[in-house]
Parts: sequence; structure tokens; C-alpha cells
Amino acid sequence: MTKMSGAQAVVEALQREGVKVVFGHPGGANMPIYDAMYEFESFRYTPLNETSFRHVLARHEQSAAHMADGYARASGRVGVCMATSGPGATNLMTGLATAYMDSSPIVAVTGQVPSYVIGSDAFQETDVVGMATSVTKYAFQPLRVRDVPYSIRAAFYLATTRRPQPVLVDIPKDVQQSEEDVQFPESVDFPNYRPLPDPDPMVVKTISRALLEAQRPVILAGGGVKMANAYVELQALAELLVAPVVTSFMGKGAFPENHPLSLGCMGMHGSERTNKLIPESDVLLVIGSRLSDRTTGKIEKFAPNTKIIHIDADKAEIGKNYKLAVVSLVADAKKAIQSLLLELGVGLMGQQRDIWVKRAHEVTVMAKTEFDGNGSYLSGAETIRMLRRFLPPKAIVTTEVGQHQMWCEQHFQVIEPRTFFSSGGLGTMGFGFPAALGAKVAKPDVPVVDIAGDGSFLMTENSLATSIEEQIPVTVVVLNNRMLGMVAQWQRFFYNRRYSGVQLGKSPDFVKLAESYGAEGTRVSTIPELESAMNRAMHSPVTTVIDVPISPEENVLPMLPPGAGIKEMVVG
Amino acid sequence: MNEDARLRIISALVENRPSVLYRITNLIRRKSFNIESIAAGPAETLGLTRITFTMFSDYNRFDQVMKNIDNLIDVRSVEPLEERDATIRELALVKFSPGAPATRPEIMSFVETFRANIVDMSSDTLTVEISGDSDKINAFIDLSKNFGLKKVARTGAVALAREMPAKRSQ
Repeated sequence: MTKMSGAQAVVEALQREGVKVVFGHPGGANMPIYDAMYEFESFRYTPLNETSFRHVLARHEQSAAHMADGYARASGRVGVCMATSGPGATNLMTGLATAYMDSSPIVAVTGQVPSYVIGSDAFQETDVVGMATSVTKYAFQPLRVRDVPYSIRAAFYLATTRRPQPVLVDIPKDVQQSEEDVQFPESVDFPNYRPLPDPDPMVVKTISRALLEAQRPVILAGGGVKMANAYVELQALAELLVAPVVTSFMGKGAFPENHPLSLGCMGMHGSERTNKLIPESDVLLVIGSRLSDRTTGKIEKFAPNTKIIHIDADKAEIGKNYKLAVVSLVADAKKAIQSLLLELGVGLMGQQRDIWVKRAHEVTVMAKTEFDGNGSYLSGAETIRMLRRFLPPKAIVTTEVGQHQMWCEQHFQVIEPRTFFSSGGLGTMGFGFPAALGAKVAKPDVPVVDIAGDGSFLMTENSLATSIEEQIPVTVVVLNNRMLGMVAQWQRFFYNRRYSGVQLGKSPDFVKLAESYGAEGTRVSTIPELESAMNRAMHSPVTTVIDVPISPEENVLPMLPPGAGIKEMVVG
Repeated sequence: MNEDARLRIISALVENRPSVLYRITNLIRRKSFNIESIAAGPAETLGLTRITFTMFSDYNRFDQVMKNIDNLIDVRSVEPLEERDATIRELALVKFSPGAPATRPEIMSFVETFRANIVDMSSDTLTVEISGDSDKINAFIDLSKNFGLKKVARTGAVALAREMPAKRSQ
């Protein structure tokens, strides 16, 4: 038992969780927590080390949440963000929803108005627990100091077990301020919520039998494989089965995309030939994917003659979007694949699958959709292919949302684990840049690049201030078509070129914008210029923004029109 | 909705924590689950609440509701109950405003036929409690309209599994 304030208990509990960095923004209702953090010498501007406890000041709470998310995705640890009550907490919501949709473990600590005025519409009061309930695994509101350590411990436990998801802890200001004897629990227990049990051996046997009998197997890996850190296991399974691997967009990078068995991404902007190959498979092993509409196209037309096996950490995903799985297994992806490897064992040695693999190889050629910009513009797709050639495999790439994101899906091969982060589920414009900063804090020695569109970058460009003041240098490549390009593309295809609300005009000048923050800004119009700009950016001590003007007419192709079956792609 | 759509029941045992009912109704709203009734009250163990949900649904949808409710941290357990294998009861309070005094005896015999009880009386009104399965209560309320029905308050169904499978009537 130690006597301390609720605010001190928050900081102590975070340190006991091994938290080294907090992304946040102070305000009236979380000042006691900020005061407690001030105690730490390493609080400001120091690189992370074993003992440090650092705060990174975001310029908007949404960015704080995305930074925590980027940190979590890069490090595999929980990302922590903080905000004050009312507008601070409501600003966090987009970031929490983003992490919720992509199953990323973040813990948000918000200040709340004092408990004795909750419900009175006090200054900067909102019902944060009520709002967050829809976009978090759980939202705590400790009303006594002694409940604070439990809430934080429970938040980390819930965020990291089973399906990783964000958790919020909303702490009234009086609870932060008052002092009590507190105890820090080593563990917490929720009777109906325990870590996932080991995979059911009978189901594993059934799945292995189906895989052994398969003539034309394909593995579909989703984001769950990445969240479970099952990279090595997936590769071993694919190689043992000699099964080609496709991924959903969220699963991009779960399997090295330069591997001979990789078929890249499937789905709305996946490879046309990969999409067409899926219905040719006789067994599709789905691991850690919810089989969303963006992945499968119209679900009724999705591989009607294929036996689908569905493995997911969340039982509610089984039968949610795809209802006809022949076998399903609720398990952690890593443990599930490990059990399959053991069960399959030597049974598969010498498997002959030459014809199928050859067939699959035909589709591994990356989609090439050349765009002729009349020589006046670089093509977005070509820019992204150049970035892949330029960047080392360990470099981390984040994206915003829109055309550039889908060009990344098509043209940016992800090779190493935890090197590609994008808001796939919620599709949050403005995610990429703050997420890049969070990733850079987690991996300071690795180059981090945000591939952005002009529309998305403007949503959180003020994080440039954070990157400069907190010395977190990253590179932002803005594919600038002066349009909300993806919306414009849909208007071109489906709304008879009625460009409603998508023209962004000439402002801002991204070079001057960057310079005004103290960042480097440069504009390029050829591939060699881009290469030398990237070279300079990699060696710059500050963040660099590279403005790449591209044509407003360039499309992301091929694409699967909404409501179409997986084989019905539009190629041009 | 598929052809196997019918009334289905979920019995959930939940922690009696602040906001627990909110978390459940939030989930139902968020997932667009169409719930017919919810009834909640303290269960046999201190600190636990038993909630009974009824819904008219096909199996797939029902299965999704079950899994999602079970995924909530505050939910201890969920149990699907089949109508034929469960005891299901609902309570309703029905207030009559008979108008002409002559209808009072008619109401009383009507109440008796349904094995309902009169629980409150005033010079102008008469309140009846009735319990039973939803069909019985529906029938009672339907007929009540002939006797000056004024207000209805229903609890929604509560249910527990039968220990021995019931003999089905032919």
C-alpha cells in the first residue's frame, strides 16, 4: 500500500506496464496527470531508452491517437494516448475508431470533469464512456483513487489479449487529485474473458485433412496474422503446403510479397489475376480476415465452388460476412498455424503441385497499369514503384487514404514484417502522417515514409510541428493531384464526371508549408529528381515533405466496382 | 430473412456493473439487431443480473447476436433457449376504464377466464395483473379492447430452461 494521488497512480501504473512514451495533449481536466508526468527528467524531447518516460505533444488529439496506433503497429506494444475531457476526448474518437476497425492495441487515458459535477453539463463535459463504448473493447471510469491502478492494468490486459483493440480509461479530475492508499494488481481477471485457449485439436485435424486433400489450395491472410506476429509460421505453412498466399489489404505484408508463392493483395484494388484465381482454388484457408466487402466483392459471388476454412481470433467474425465456411476455428493465428504445422508434419513431404503453382506463378506478375500523363506529370503508380526500389526492405511506410493508398496496395511490395501501416478498416484520411511519427518513435533507426495524398495530408499536416519540435524526422511524399482523387475517380466512373466537391485548388504550397514549420520542403517532377530528393530526405535531421504533382486524371486500376463479384474487375 | 425465422430467446448472465445495460443496448443498436424484448433483474448470485432477450430472427442473425453479446466483457455467459424447451413468462399490468358500471362484472369474469388478478380498483378504473407466455398476454390485451382498455405495461419475457424436455402437445 502506498499513498498517492490518482494522477500519480496513473503514471506509476503506466510505468509498471513498461510504457516509455505517451502521445497526448493537455487540458483542464487532465492537468493533474500532466503535473505527475512532469516529475520525469526524460519527460521532454529525449530519445527513448530503457528507463525513459517520454511525452510527445500532438497538435490535435486525433493525431495523438494515430501516433499511438502507429507506435503500436510498429512495435507490437500498446500505444498510449492522452486527452482532456470534452473536445479533447471527442477529438480522440476518430483515432480510437481507426484502431478499433484495424484491431490495434491502444490505451487512451482521458481526463473527465470532477465526479461530483458529471451529468450537469459542466464546462468541457461530454459522456466519453458513452461515446467510446462503440469504438473500444471497453471503457473504464474509475471513481475512486484505489480503482485507478486496476483500471489501467485491466485496460492493458484487455487491449492486448484475444483480438487486440483500443481501451479507454476516463478519470474524473477529483479522482486524479485526491490521495489514497493504492495497490497495483499484478493481474486482473474477467470470468467470461480469458486469453484464447489453444486451438481445438479435433478441428485442427479436420483442417489438416482438408489441406492434405486439396489439389489447388490458396491461403488468404488478413490483418490477424500480423497482429498475432505469425509471419514466420505463415511462411512455413505456405512452403510446407506449397500453397500460394494472397492477402487482404489489412493483411498486406503478412507474407513477403517478393516470395515466389506470394500473389499480392486481392479485393477491390487487388490484382485482377489474383482475384480471378481465387475461385479456381479448391480449398481457401482464411486466417485472420473478416472477409470484408472490400476483400471479397459481392459475397454471394465469392468463390462459390471453393471449400473455405475460416480461422479467426474473434468468434463473432465466423459467419458474419461469409456464412458458408466448411470448417472454422476460433484461435490465435500464430497458435493455429503452429498446430497445423505440427499436425501436417511430414504428411506433406514431396507434395506435387507443379501445375497449380505454375498457374499461380502466372499471376504473380505485378499489375502494371501505365498511365500516360502526356509527359507533363509523373504517374502516381510509377512514383510508388520508384519508392519501393529506393527504400530498403526494413523501411516503414504508412499511407493516408485514397488513390495513393490503393496504388501502394498494387505497386508497393511489402517484404519485412511490421513495415506497412494503413487505415484499412475505417479509411481515415489523416492517419498516415501521425502514424508515421508514432512508428518513428518506436523504431528511431529505421527510415519512415508517409505516402500521402494532398487531401489526406491536409487533415493532420499540423503534426509537422510535433515532428520538428520533438525531433521525430520522417519523410512525407505527397502525391498531389489537387483533387480528392478517389472520390473524383468514382465521380468519373459512376457519376458522369460530375466533380462535386473534390477540387482542392492550388493551395497550399506544400514546400512553403513545410518550410514554415522548419521542415524541408521540395518539389519534384521527374524520377531522378525524386530519387535525389529521397536521398537528401534520408539524411536530413528534420522531416522532409516532397511534393509530387501528378495528373488529376490518373485512375487506380484495375478496380472491382461496388456490388460486383470477385471476377468482374474493371481494368480500364 | 430466411425461412427458419422464428421467435428466439437468449438468456444472459451479466455483471451488475455501471453501464452494463447501456453496453448491451449499445451493441444491439450498433449491430442493428432487432430485439423484441429485454427483461433484466438480479440473478441468484449477488452482483449478477440475468437478462432475457427475445428476437424474431433466422438462425444466422441469432447466432451473430449470441456471439456478440458473449463477446462483451461484462457478460458472464449466454445461453440460447428454444421456445419449446424453456419456461417463458411475461407479466403485464392492464388498466381498464370501464365507463358504464355494468361492464365491471363482465371484466371480472373475463379476468377470471384468463386467470388474471385484479390488483387495484378505483371508482373509474380497474388494474389487472396477468402473467403467462406472450401469446396469452397478447390475446388478453386484444380482448381487453372490448372492455375499456386504457393502459398497458409489459415486462417483456423472462425465461429459464426446462430441466426435462417438455412433452409436446400434438
